[in-house]
Amino acid sequence: MPAPDSRALRHKVAIVGAAETDTVGLLPNHSMLHLHAESAFNALDDAGLTLADVDGLATAGPSPVQLSEYLGIAPTWIDGTSVGGGSFLIHVGHAVAAIAAGYASVVLITHGESGRSRVGVVGAGGGAGGNQTPGGQFEAPFGVFGPPSTFSIPIVRHMKRFGTTEEQFAAVAVATRAWAVKNPRALMRAPITVEDVLNSRLVAWPLHLLNCCVVTDGGGALVLVGEDRARDFPKKPVWVLGRGEAGAHSNISQMRDFTQWTHGIAAGENAFHMADIDRSAIDHAMFYDAFTHTPVYALEALGFVKPGEGGPFMAEMHTAPGGDFPMNTNGGGLSYTHTGMYGMFAIQESVAQLRGEAGERQIRDAKIGIVHAPGGFFASVSTLILGNE
Amino acid sequence: MAYNKPLPAPTPETQEYWDGLKRHELRIQRCRDCSRHYFYPRPFCPHCYSRNVEWTTVSGKGKLHTFVINYRPARGFESDVPYVIAIVELDEGARMMTNLINVQPDPQHVTADMPVEIVYDDVTPEVTLPKFQPARR
Ligand SMILES: [Zn+2]
Repeated sequence: MPAPDSRALRHKVAIVGAAETDTVGLLPNHSMLHLHAESAFNALDDAGLTLADVDGLATAGPSPVQLSEYLGIAPTWIDGTSVGGGSFLIHVGHAVAAIAAGYASVVLITHGESGRSRVGVVGAGGGAGGNQTPGGQFEAPFGVFGPPSTFSIPIVRHMKRFGTTEEQFAAVAVATRAWAVKNPRALMRAPITVEDVLNSRLVAWPLHLLNCCVVTDGGGALVLVGEDRARDFPKKPVWVLGRGEAGAHSNISQMRDFTQWTHGIAAGENAFHMADIDRSAIDHAMFYDAFTHTPVYALEALGFVKPGEGGPFMAEMHTAPGGDFPMNTNGGGLSYTHTGMYGMFAIQESVAQLRGEAGERQIRDAKIGIVHAPGGFFASVSTLILGNE
Repeated sequence: MAYNKPLPAPTPETQEYWDGLKRHELRIQRCRDCSRHYFYPRPFCPHCYSRNVEWTTVSGKGKLHTFVINYRPARGFESDVPYVIAIVELDEGARMMTNLINVQPDPQHVTADMPVEIVYDDVTPEVTLPKFQPARR
């Protein structure tokens, strides 16, 4: 079978509306669906459109029909791919194909999650399911308890194979916090040190509290249209240049190789092939950081460093303000916000940087950004390459 | 005190595995075409996709492949913290999640690739869980 080739869809669809909820953090007066709606209204306002213009809807968490009902719309293209926090990146890739195919002309992608306040939670929301599922039979009896005890399982193997250290993982939290200092919306803004991370309380060794993302409420939304209309909106279009997605396991015990994100490599290769650019063309990176090791695995899977070099690279602070590989410039899931499915916020920051709207944390002349996210515990994976020219 | 931790419920394709544990035998499947063992049970080989597979009794010996020492307990595990959630690679090649027990839950004593062996933990009259401990020399 020949390898798939999506290069014809490069630069065919653009993000013309992008916005988050008015505030993020602690929002006990917003239900989950309200967070979706506020995000949708803000992103449509950003594009100068209304819900009446939307004919395509994608979301994860609630299903697209639950959200259609709440918004009062009847879209003629829907995508409910819900495979964890990176689902929204996958929606963008699917929307590119849908718009290019003529299935939809204005696609709205929304995220909203009452991750901290747990108000009006709708939808599946993850979990192992019943005790007859593979997770229920082969993981739950051993006391796994949410992402800190499952997402963390691969770390020790990475340390064993490559000599990666706790200090190197801690450096990710330090560099990311340094970006959050520059983001007035970030939840955690006090600078931290490697020692602070290592001295924070143990969650699931080798994870300490400061190796873990924050837990918040919030949302975000995107509006996408085709090339024919993309230049007719108030903001400069942000083009989808490349996309990749993959899925392999659901339960962490079934991850094929605990030292590398093998299907993450495949997603990245597809995205770079479609975008038809080299790694060196990337100006800005958003690597979903549920925990400090996730961006290390992303960096290696995407080929920015060789396998095993992610830890030393992070310790050298290339990703911090002033470094030559600016990453997670909003302060990431670690310090900015993490509602549960953070991928939407990673896309939002990439768009903000490519629009020149990132304020004190703006990367000068950013032209091409990459966004890469897991869903579940390295289970699904998705990559987007975005550009402003 | 009643056992209040999550319990598995077998499905038809996993029944033999759980029945084996009750007899204190570790029964997993092996592919007759590519000769590889695999876990968890299913009626085909996830490596080469052959449906020509068989049940085998394996040694219960292996190595600690990776692990965490967990401090935030799942329901029922409150008095166990910290406890080791482990992935063991059996000598036959398949990997499974388990708890490493009879060891100090400390990175000084729990290390990747340490040899381990199965302990059959009869947690209820119906269910035996496969736990592992450091191998006796
Ligand atoms: Zn086979």
